[in-house]
Amino acid sequence: MKKPALDEKVERVALMRKQLVRVLDDDGSAVGEWVPDLSADAKIAGLRDMMTVRSFDARMLRAHRQGKISFYMQALGEEAIACAQQRALRPGDMHFPTYRQQGLLIAAGYPIVQMMNQILSNEQDPLKGRQLPVLYSAKSHGFFSISGNLATQYPQAVGWAMASAMRGDTAIASAWIGEGASAENDFHAALVMASTYQAPVILNIVNNHWAISTPEDFARGASATFADRGYGFSIPAIRVDGNDYLAAYAASQWAAERARSNLGPTLIEWITLRRGAHSTSDDPSVYRPEHESEQFPLADPVERLRQHLVALGEWDDDRHRDLQHEIDTEIESAFAEADSHGSVKSGVVPSPATMFDDVYAELPRHLREQRDQVGE
Amino acid sequence: MTAMTMVEAIRDAHMIAMERDDRVVVFGEDVGFFGGVFRCTQGLQERFGDHRCFDAPINESAIVGAAIGMAAYGLRPCVEMQFADYMYPAYDQIVSEAARLRHRSAGDFSAPIVVRMPSGGGIFGGQTHSQSPEALFTHVAGLTTVVVSNPYDAKGLLIAAIEDEDPVVFLEPKRVYNGPFDGHHDRPVVPWSKHPLGEVPDGYYAIPLGEARVHRTGSDLTVLTYGTLVHVAETAANERDIDAEIIDLRTLVPLDVDTIVESVVKTGRCLVLHEATVTSGFGAELSATVQERCFYHLEAPIVRVAGWDTPYPHALEWSYFPGPERVGRAMQEVLAA
Repeated sequence: MKKPALDEKVERVALMRKQLVRVLDDDGSAVGEWVPDLSADAKIAGLRDMMTVRSFDARMLRAHRQGKISFYMQALGEEAIACAQQRALRPGDMHFPTYRQQGLLIAAGYPIVQMMNQILSNEQDPLKGRQLPVLYSAKSHGFFSISGNLATQYPQAVGWAMASAMRGDTAIASAWIGEGASAENDFHAALVMASTYQAPVILNIVNNHWAISTPEDFARGASATFADRGYGFSIPAIRVDGNDYLAAYAASQWAAERARSNLGPTLIEWITLRRGAHSTSDDPSVYRPEHESEQFPLADPVERLRQHLVALGEWDDDRHRDLQHEIDTEIESAFAEADSHGSVKSGVVPSPATMFDDVYAELPRHLREQRDQVGE
Repeated sequence: MTAMTMVEAIRDAHMIAMERDDRVVVFGEDVGFFGGVFRCTQGLQERFGDHRCFDAPINESAIVGAAIGMAAYGLRPCVEMQFADYMYPAYDQIVSEAARLRHRSAGDFSAPIVVRMPSGGGIFGGQTHSQSPEALFTHVAGLTTVVVSNPYDAKGLLIAAIEDEDPVVFLEPKRVYNGPFDGHHDRPVVPWSKHPLGEVPDGYYAIPLGEARVHRTGSDLTVLTYGTLVHVAETAANERDIDAEIIDLRTLVPLDVDTIVESVVKTGRCLVLHEATVTSGFGAELSATVQERCFYHLEAPIVRVAGWDTPYPHALEWSYFPGPERVGRAMQEVLAA
């Protein structure tokens, strides 16, 4: 696959909306023009990020089965995209994520215990028990508050990017959406704004093929791809193998450099597969074909990067086992700490009076009166 | 002091806010080059450049959504919905996003934006250019809702709204843009230049959000209202020689309960007026508030006069609008009880 110059005319990259950018071949070799300039250490860091997300997710699912948390959403099979993009962008940039980009936080080094405190809605929850589990907010780590409503973050990301440009800043925004929610009005609203003002924003569509129970074509309609959506707005749009950490890094870096060079928005459709359920409230066995994961042509992102590192002579089974053990231990001890601060299930939660904080910057009279009625 | 229309006062508020704070940006449909269909942003682009005041595509959700993102970055966006009737595509962004961002992120992010919108009828706008949707905002936790009635207040309140740390919905009844409409649509228009509230101080001043204004003092009954009906109430009281105390609420949430209670305790009678449809309108909230806090001082049932529960009809506009005749009869009803 050809890698276009950053300022390549949009009509000359138009066909890429039908193609697929890949770097890792089936043998784990990095091939072609999109091979990113990454050291072995950086690749190992990427492997570690993805394995941490996977271990974190597994522990949270177990916590849900143990009755310690009310809800969870895993990213199984999609870890490469968020993990790689976080490493390809810079501190100061702002992501506007959905509920399946925990990889952004983990790859940014956000404290694991804080994520767990939020999920448990305990006394240490940075969001004070106000949000569903996984709807994190972490401005310090370039992570915008997740809404829970779908697609609203997309025009917000464009606005943030416009503001950065208006102020002469070099920070960029990155908008995230699932392929299913790209059917929402706000997705199209954001593309109009991004195109009109040439905002420095990356428009990510994570196509994991399932919007809860409906396959991707309900949102895609008669278009061949979701990347097609960029074409009518003259937004350069590429399709990328989302299970290929190196391709995810390279494509994110390309889009980020375009944005930072005042070359406007880039749309990226990431091809991946939601290997698990939509959430802990979902039972995919009633709507998904059997063996879908095994038959999906793009192999597991963790295994592919591991295979690549082994082929480079930078990795082996012993090191992999040691790293897995180290991560699992770290996650287990983080959970032990978070669990000691209580949970929504144990009733050790923030004080009821705190629900009146932050409705406004200053507490108005009617909320003061209502807070007095609730008492401590 | 300068005699100004409400349009000019709103324009002046923008100018001053933009001069004082370079984070203030203004945009919306036809807002930039043209200066807005009601001319409220005229001259801003020329003075501050098209990075500070600019046109937007016709997509209200995109306008408010982008404003939230800009505010999260650190700007102070003040955006215009061309008509309040057009805000519905932006309603999700206002209600689910701007209003709750500070709370849901526990103060990590906030959305200090102003969403201005011309509201109300009286210009033969029909059902899609006449609505008063204030109750759709007052019902939402996290929003401040302002309805202005005159140039002096409009300037001071808009400056305060732009400076506020949280989202403010700012309704501008379009029938009073150019004069204090008394409700008599068949009489000549009175310009703001002949009204004391059309005298606007030069330069900066802010009117605190959440404070009502006693528009006219009186002892017979208390009229709780806002927007265009402030002037209609005054006309009706004068025509029937009723000593009504008229309170212009100005900010609906947070509500100035003290001023309301003080007046109703004094008069013992209360009439609630607004142009929006009556059922579940803000008048219901006012009526409940007075009942809860002033019941033992009331000498008569609280009466509401408001728009009928129908869409705003184009040709029957003056049958819909609560004019001085209906308002005056209701005042007498409250006094007779």
